[in-house]
Amino acid sequence: MATLQTQTAARFMMAPAVVMLLVWMIVPLGMTLYFSFLRYNLLMPGMEVFTGFGNYEFFLTDPAFFVALGNTLLLVGGTLLATVVGGTFLAILLDQPFWGRGIVRLLVIAPFFVMPTVSALVWKNMLMHPVNGLFAWIARGLGFEPVDWLATLPLFSITVIVAWGWLPFATLIILTALQSLDREQKEAAEMDGAGPVSIFFHITLPHLARALTAVTLIETIFLLSVFAEILVTTGGGPGIASTNLPYLIYIQALLQYDVGSASAGGVVAIILANIVAVFLIRMIGKNLEA
Amino acid sequence: MAREATRNRKIAFTAFAWLVGLTLFFPILWTILTSFKTEGEAIATPPSLLFFEWSLENYFEVQRRSNYLRHAMNSVVISLGSTGLGLLVAIPAAWAMAFSPGKHTKDILMWMLSTKMLPAVGVLMPIYLICQSLGLLDSRIALVAVLMMMNLPIIVWMLYTYFKEIPGEILEAARMDGASLGKEIVYVLTPMAVPGIASTLLLNIILAWNEAFWTLNLTSSQAAPLTAFIASYSSPEGLFWAKLSAASTLAIAPILVMGWFSQKQLVRGLTFGAVK
Repeated sequence: MATLQTQTAARFMMAPAVVMLLVWMIVPLGMTLYFSFLRYNLLMPGMEVFTGFGNYEFFLTDPAFFVALGNTLLLVGGTLLATVVGGTFLAILLDQPFWGRGIVRLLVIAPFFVMPTVSALVWKNMLMHPVNGLFAWIARGLGFEPVDWLATLPLFSITVIVAWGWLPFATLIILTALQSLDREQKEAAEMDGAGPVSIFFHITLPHLARALTAVTLIETIFLLSVFAEILVTTGGGPGIASTNLPYLIYIQALLQYDVGSASAGGVVAIILANIVAVFLIRMIGKNLEA
Repeated sequence: MAREATRNRKIAFTAFAWLVGLTLFFPILWTILTSFKTEGEAIATPPSLLFFEWSLENYFEVQRRSNYLRHAMNSVVISLGSTGLGLLVAIPAAWAMAFSPGKHTKDILMWMLSTKMLPAVGVLMPIYLICQSLGLLDSRIALVAVLMMMNLPIIVWMLYTYFKEIPGEILEAARMDGASLGKEIVYVLTPMAVPGIASTLLLNIILAWNEAFWTLNLTSSQAAPLTAFIASYSSPEGLFWAKLSAASTLAIAPILVMGWFSQKQLVRGLTFGAVK
């Protein structure tokens, strides 16, 4: 159907995007890989020497790496759990008939559009502050000792902040999937005497499987890179209690100017993200064929 | 009886849903309210909810003290610039993939998507050093370029899924009538593609506006957009909650409105068509 002429034209039209993305991918990636094998510190220019896997050894045997890896997984896992469960609950709620549904929906999705630095600082200061924060005031009102959230439970607090921002995303996607559920199927199950709980587990949940998988994979990709929320709330502390992998690499790179080990860390982060990416891409690829 | 039961059910759901909605929205509402308070009232306990001296002073103060408008302008230039350039490159590519798919179109699409999965921190060092050697640290140009490349896969994908929905027969008909490729694009395709392009534009402006990895790492003062400007309030000496709230309210308000308009596109754009 497509003539030779249009095929050539098509290639010509795709070329800029393809070439630009290719350069964007290969050049920095190549550089990261190259740097990761050098002893290279910006404070000592001109002293670069090849060290083989020295940087990897340094980065991977650093106790901070395991802490950061653990924190990364906890942050991703905690946020996923909160947003997937909370999102399913919210989506089902928003799918019920009630007055002002459109407005409530807007209120629920709003946090997604708040930039990370704003949400982190608002939570840190106005809500979680141990003296003047709203939570402290509520705690005192109920007769409890106020908690210094970001000092005593830094990773949990950051997870709460991040989850607040991602909950709308999960809700919206699950809601979209929910609305494509066949009403007749549900009604038939109701006629047969199925209760709401068994309808949820036997009809709704299987129907949502695809959306839930999509939410999990996409969020994981983004959550593996959480950075700004940590930078403005705890700075990775106290100590390294809330340092995740991106933040650890950032410290090595732009605070210690250790290009070599930061690059080795970067390669590790890329490998970690790719494990998730493979599954996501496969899922989307299948969808493209259908 | 049954009708009354449904009515009661609806009332209960209404109350519960509003409670949940307002709770989730509360941090934003609280920020907006605090922006109209004095610094003293902002940290007062017990906090005043609505009954305080409403004042716009913080908004003027934020501008006087730190030239808020320059940072806002940086945000506008960076988000519009990166999205606009991205569209310029992506529209022909997505058009070609949707209407003249070849053997490898699908592979190219999947590969483009995979570049999006690359964690930014993995290429922090090279990008930083490239910008440094080109003298582009703390410049809008660097951020426009970086954010454009970051969002290009999403832009191509979104456009592709929209273009895919335009029936190919219309193009066939136009070709039969002897329309050239150029005319085909300008007179036939563009009018049908405008809604899709507009949605793509909207979502990617939002993403670029809120991007907070590169904006924080590649700028310091001159080119700092709002994300980086607000981050400067994290230092202890910068603890002015009312001013922070005013700056934050201004920073999120336009994007919140745009976001509310583009909630449908959001699902489509960020799931790459995996959920419709």
